[in-house]
Formats: sequence, C-alpha cells, structure tokens
Amino acid sequence: MSHITRRRALGIAAGAAGAAAGLAVAGSAVADAPRAAAPAAGPAPASFDEVYQGRRIQGGPAHGGGHHGGHHGGGYSVTIDGEELHVMQNADGTWISVINHYEPVATPKSLARAAVRELQGAPLVPLTLG
Amino acid sequence: MTVRKNQASLTADEKRRFVDALLELKRSGRYDTFVTTHNAFIMSDTDNGDRVGHRSPSFLPWHRRFLIEFEQALQSVDATVNLPYWDWTADRTSRSSLWAPDFLGGTGRARDGQVLDGAFARSANRWTINVRVDGRDYLRRDLGAGGRQLPTRAEVDSVLAMETYDMAPWNSSSNGFRNHLEGWRGVNLHNRVHVWVGGQMGTGVSPNDPVFWLHHAFIDKLWADWQARHPKSSYLPAAGTANVVDLGDTMRPWNDVTPADMLDHTRHYTFDTAA
Repeated sequence: MSHITRRRALGIAAGAAGAAAGLAVAGSAVADAPRAAAPAAGPAPASFDEVYQGRRIQGGPAHGGGHHGGHHGGGYSVTIDGEELHVMQNADGTWISVINHYEPVATPKSLARAAVRELQGAPLVPLTLG
Repeated sequence: MTVRKNQASLTADEKRRFVDALLELKRSGRYDTFVTTHNAFIMSDTDNGDRVGHRSPSFLPWHRRFLIEFEQALQSVDATVNLPYWDWTADRTSRSSLWAPDFLGGTGRARDGQVLDGAFARSANRWTINVRVDGRDYLRRDLGAGGRQLPTRAEVDSVLAMETYDMAPWNSSSNGFRNHLEGWRGVNLHNRVHVWVGGQMGTGVSPNDPVFWLHHAFIDKLWADWQARHPKSSYLPAAGTANVVDLGDTMRPWNDVTPADMLDHTRHYTFDTAA
C-alpha cells in the first residue's frame, strides 16, 4: 500500500501548494506534482480513497508519465476499480469526466461518484485518444 | 442543394431514408470514425492548452465542418438525405415524434438505460456501441432524468441577443455568445441538452447517439440566426492568440479549413426557414 500512501502524501502537499499564498509546503513533494493544466487560482483538491456503491474510487495527484494519453486533470488522477477515469478541470475550478462530460461538479470525488452512478456496475475501458 | 429541415416536419419517407443511411454508415464502419474523432477532441481540448473543437471560439466552426463531413458521408449512401435539426425549445418532451420507433426510438429502460425500440436498439443488432468509455455496447438514454428541463425559447433568445461573438480568455470561463451557447456559463444551452438526453449523449462519445447530429444541427442554425441578428459582429479572435484558432488559422483535424471558411453556411446548405 506504499503507492497509495505516497499518493495521499502528495495530495496533501499539492493541496497546500494550491492554497492561498504564504502557506509553507514541502518543496520536494510539490515539485513532483504536475500541474500544467490546472487553473491559476484555487486550492488543489484533496485525495480520496473509498468504496462507493460497491466500487473503489480513488483520487489524487498523478505521477509523471505512465498514464494513458490525454490526461488533463491538472496532474490529478481518478480511478474506478483501478482503471483510470479521464478527468479535466475547468477554468473555474469545477470538474468533468469523459463519463459526465457536459455537467461540471465541484470536486473530483463528486465526479467519481457521479461516474459510478452512471456506470451502473459497468467497468471503465482503458483510455485511448483514438 | 442541401436544405436542412426541422426534424418535426420530415415525412415518413424522409425519416426512413435518414435512418437507413445512418445504419449503412454504421455497418460500413465509417460512422464510428466520427465518434472516435469527437472523443479525441473532447479529451484533448483544455481551457489552458490547445483547444479546437470545444470550450473555445472554434467550437462553432469546428462542429459546422464536422457536420458537413458527416452529411456528405450520409449523402454518399443516399443523395436525397440531409441532416435535420432538433429545435429542443419546441419539441421538448420525451413524447416528441423525434423519439418514436420510426425515427430515433425512445428513452432507456430504468434498469440499465438501454434503448429498446427503434432501429438503434441493441436487439436489432445494427447499432452496437463500439467506440465506448465503459463496457456497455448498447445505446442508452435517460430523457429528462431527474426532472431536468430543456432550454426555453426565451433562454435561447437571451443568448442570441449577445452582440460579442467570444471574449478572452477564449475558454469555458468566457463571457459572450459562443460560451453561453456552448453552455459552460449562464443559462446553459448546448451542454444542458446533452445532459437532458443522458446515456452516451452525456459522455465524450456522444455521437454514438444519432440525436447528436440533430442537436448540433440546431446549435449550428442558432449560430446562423445570431449572425443574421448581428451582421456587424464577427468571429473572434482575429489573430495572434496562443492555443486558440484565430479567424484565419486552420483547424485540426482537417488542417485545410479555417473559421473564416465556415462563416457562410449558404455555401454548403440552407435551412427550411430563413436564418
């Protein structure tokens, strides 16, 4: 479970990094969190790991490289039963996914839960960019 | 000359020919290439990076070009077929003739959202969902789920009244006509209709539902209506904008067409009512 622990640690650091200026953060961990497509303002969302309606949903800062193409969650990764859900953060800080693309929600956890409800038990298929 | 008609006024023969052409594009594999292209842009268009098909000024010319290409594919099957449009301010319930078994079929069943009637039901074995984001290979819908309402004519008119085509930062946070029509801001027109239909229409692979084309044909008509109301307003930005398609820049994936080329729809088709 060291992988998850590291994700959680990064999530805390990234959250602090995105918060109002002046907060002291651990620099080395922050540098690990890719934030290329994140909005200019607003705190990064917290990591999460829970079972929702029988599905394991996890979210937290993505590690550099190794993910599928087309990742635009500002360095934030969401999985459902271990399979990546393509997510994206809007300029106003809200979130959408490839499953709920046209209806923004406030947080990645809300987004993962909305995807679980929409999936009705179906597995995600691996992401491709065609 | 291609005349795009309101779907509500199509004859039984026009509906049958449209559906048959869709089924033939699906059978030949050409249909799914459009779904793949759309999803690739959905996943790669970002507010702070390159953006072409969505959340950007080129949302409208990009989809105009995309629909022209699709309509030409339909016409290669049956030259009499034109894309109809769905005016969802008028035909705003699941009881509309649009959703009858002789046209697009109805909403999905409660248990799994599966569409059970019409030519696009999985059981007819001619409409398998191949380009998908989850394991389900059947068309799904949940028309008006949760009591959601389609936009009203008054809401459309409030957006058509906006004089400025688009504004910096040219993304989902912009003020102006384009982003209000797309729906990321304000009363929400285009995005809300995707959500109202539900199923694949709420996802990045939304063209899996044939209603995608009728929805976008109406969004496209609203752009033409806006141009008619604001003849002095033009596509923006004009030039020199990072990550954004300016008036004279070419658009992916075609790379040979610009927004400027797409401003006059009458070079390609007209509507059954004056724009």
